[in-house]
Amino acid sequence: MLDNIKILIHQGKQYIPDITKVEVPGIFKGRPEISAEKVDIVALIDLCPTNAITADPVRLDIGKCTFCGECALSFPGKIKFTKDYKLATNQRSSLIISEGENTNINVDPDQIRKEISKYFSGSLKLRQISAGGDNSNELELNACGNVNFDMGRFGIEFVASPRHADGIVITGPISENMAEALQICYEAIPQPKIIILAGTDAISSGIFSESRALNRNFINQHTIDLFVPGNPVHPLTFINGVLELIRKR
Amino acid sequence: MTISIKNNQTIPIQSIPVLKYEDFLSVNLSLLQDASSHCVNYYGLFEAGIIKLICCIANDSDHTVLISSSEIIGGENIYPSFTAQHFSFHIFERELHENFGIRYNDHPWLKPVRYPYDHANQESLISNYPFYQIHSEELHEVGVGPIHAGIIEPGHFRFICSGEQIIHLEIQLGYQHRGIEQLFIHKKKLLQRISLAESIAGDSVAGHTTAFINLWESLCNYHPSEELQFSRTLAMELERIAIHTGDLSGICTDIAYQLGSAVFGRLRTPIINFFQSWCGNRLAKGLLRVVKNNYYFNEKLGLELENILDSFESDYIEMWNKFHELPSILARLEKTGVLTTEAAASIGVVGMIAKASGIKRDIRNSHPHDYYTQLKHEPVIKHHGDVYSRTQIRNEEIRQSISYIRNMIQTIPIRNNAEESIGPLQKNSFTLSLAEGWRGEICHCAVTDDNGELIHYKIKDPSMHNWLGLALAVRNNEISDFPICNKSFNLSYCGHDL
Ligand code: SF4
Repeated sequence: MLDNIKILIHQGKQYIPDITKVEVPGIFKGRPEISAEKVDIVALIDLCPTNAITADPVRLDIGKCTFCGECALSFPGKIKFTKDYKLATNQRSSLIISEGENTNINVDPDQIRKEISKYFSGSLKLRQISAGGDNSNELELNACGNVNFDMGRFGIEFVASPRHADGIVITGPISENMAEALQICYEAIPQPKIIILAGTDAISSGIFSESRALNRNFINQHTIDLFVPGNPVHPLTFINGVLELIRKR
Repeated sequence: MTISIKNNQTIPIQSIPVLKYEDFLSVNLSLLQDASSHCVNYYGLFEAGIIKLICCIANDSDHTVLISSSEIIGGENIYPSFTAQHFSFHIFERELHENFGIRYNDHPWLKPVRYPYDHANQESLISNYPFYQIHSEELHEVGVGPIHAGIIEPGHFRFICSGEQIIHLEIQLGYQHRGIEQLFIHKKKLLQRISLAESIAGDSVAGHTTAFINLWESLCNYHPSEELQFSRTLAMELERIAIHTGDLSGICTDIAYQLGSAVFGRLRTPIINFFQSWCGNRLAKGLLRVVKNNYYFNEKLGLELENILDSFESDYIEMWNKFHELPSILARLEKTGVLTTEAAASIGVVGMIAKASGIKRDIRNSHPHDYYTQLKHEPVIKHHGDVYSRTQIRNEEIRQSISYIRNMIQTIPIRNNAEESIGPLQKNSFTLSLAEGWRGEICHCAVTDDNGELIHYKIKDPSMHNWLGLALAVRNNEISDFPICNKSFNLSYCGHDL
């Protein structure tokens, strides 16, 4: 017993007190900012592995970006990744950052379905579905519930059965071989229900675009309530995004 | 009858002996009579109506890989299988059958592997997998998945049970198939290919990316500087510590030991946060690159890492000591999910799973690359093949990796500031790259054509060998022990499904 208490004391305080304001340690590839600097645009566009960068004006789509960081390394005056981890939004278009546009990425309160804040603001149970995910987003979603990030304190939890869930969190580019299971699982969730896409692969298929092994019909046929960019998503990005979605009204 | 190469050696494709299928079969099977040999890859590529089979047998005692090939037509022809004589080939021949429709007359278990989008028999559907069945009034079946209870990748497990006891388990995979090998050919930019390598299995970023980079640099006849070798090895050892520690947390969760689950779980955090300090990504995506190093590991990072390891180690050891003295924990782990040495050898498991069943198989020791040539790694071996052995391997490997890293960061290689460039890929060549990820042996193989373009890329995750090991290990166990057995194997779904 005493040993157990000793172990507990030795861990110190592990949880992050304010999840909305904490600063991430080290380097972080968060919300990009694009300056007006003149650079070789063709080279910049050509460098990106996922065609996330387009011209006139220069735009960077963080729904396609794998956060490889190479554009910022090659054109440091043009593109900079800030430490802002609040990247989640309910508008796909908000993920496209334009030259000179240094504003925060938000969940647009007018576009949130009314039932979300009504039913889920104090408690949200989610079912995770990996559909071709590479286990990196899955690891980070698991980390959301650990003692450091402790998402459970906000009443947000992952549950085992779709019957207990209020929505799904999809990771991965959606493989053809998982398409049917995804559909069945979604249908098993009682109404009202939400859909969250976690990670670049889920949002746009990322580096897997053009693969013939994918089937993204589900995404095209449903309204997505939250896009959470990242490769993988950072737990802070996920938790803040979900909190905004369920609390804003 | 074979050509002998070293890890990461590029050879002209013409130098690989082409044998008659019968000779190809007997030569490779006879190589496996030597217990220090095993098959690291056996696959096919299709060219102008001919299936070229390439078999790669590693010999761990003389540090070589013996390559041979055979050209067959497939079609209506029926071939004797390697598997009938050595089970370790079962998964490779199943893949050959699935991809090319090659027919075997004596393969005991010719089942689908992953249902790739371009598989030969388009009538074979993932929703219609031919499960093994036993018709008996006394037995029942339990089906689990593809979606599981936790945040975990999909796969289907079909148990045949007698009461609570598992008689047989069949594991059906393929749900994660993303066509990644084909994308390696389709996407032409190097950065795209590296990003793909980082996504083969997102829990083994350093392992798979190192295998890809070493292969690529060898194909370009480029020899990486000490600085590059250092950062690759360091990343692989950090990844090992992080995932092993997370696995210990998972094992505690599965036996409802809350303290261990929380403490090991939180101990993983500073290690992956260190990756973020180093390269901006907690799982090391973006860290390793061909020819260059975007994130030099400097003295400051060295000091930071040393401090992290110091505080990690004392808390870790305290938790481990408590964990392994609790009889209620040992009762759950010991003699549970046993994979005997004989079974392990016959099906050719690799990595942690092999080492827990008494087989010395570790690329860091047998086919060292990068900094491992200097580390003189001695693998940790356990003999009982149970969940506890696999837990102990993790514990000892964590400590071993910490001591390697401590040693390495004493002398950080100086930064190479020269702009390095890399030549084109060598034409008509073959390269094989082996790396010991935390799970075990990763093998990548590539072939180029006469324009120096990549025409074939083959990835083998250690899970390819090891999934059958899990199915065998749970036999005669209670079905309630399946989660802990599964966790102790911790195999990759996406690494297998590609
Ligand atoms: S960081 Fe994103 S936008 Fe920049 S090159 Fe990489 S994938 Fe493209």
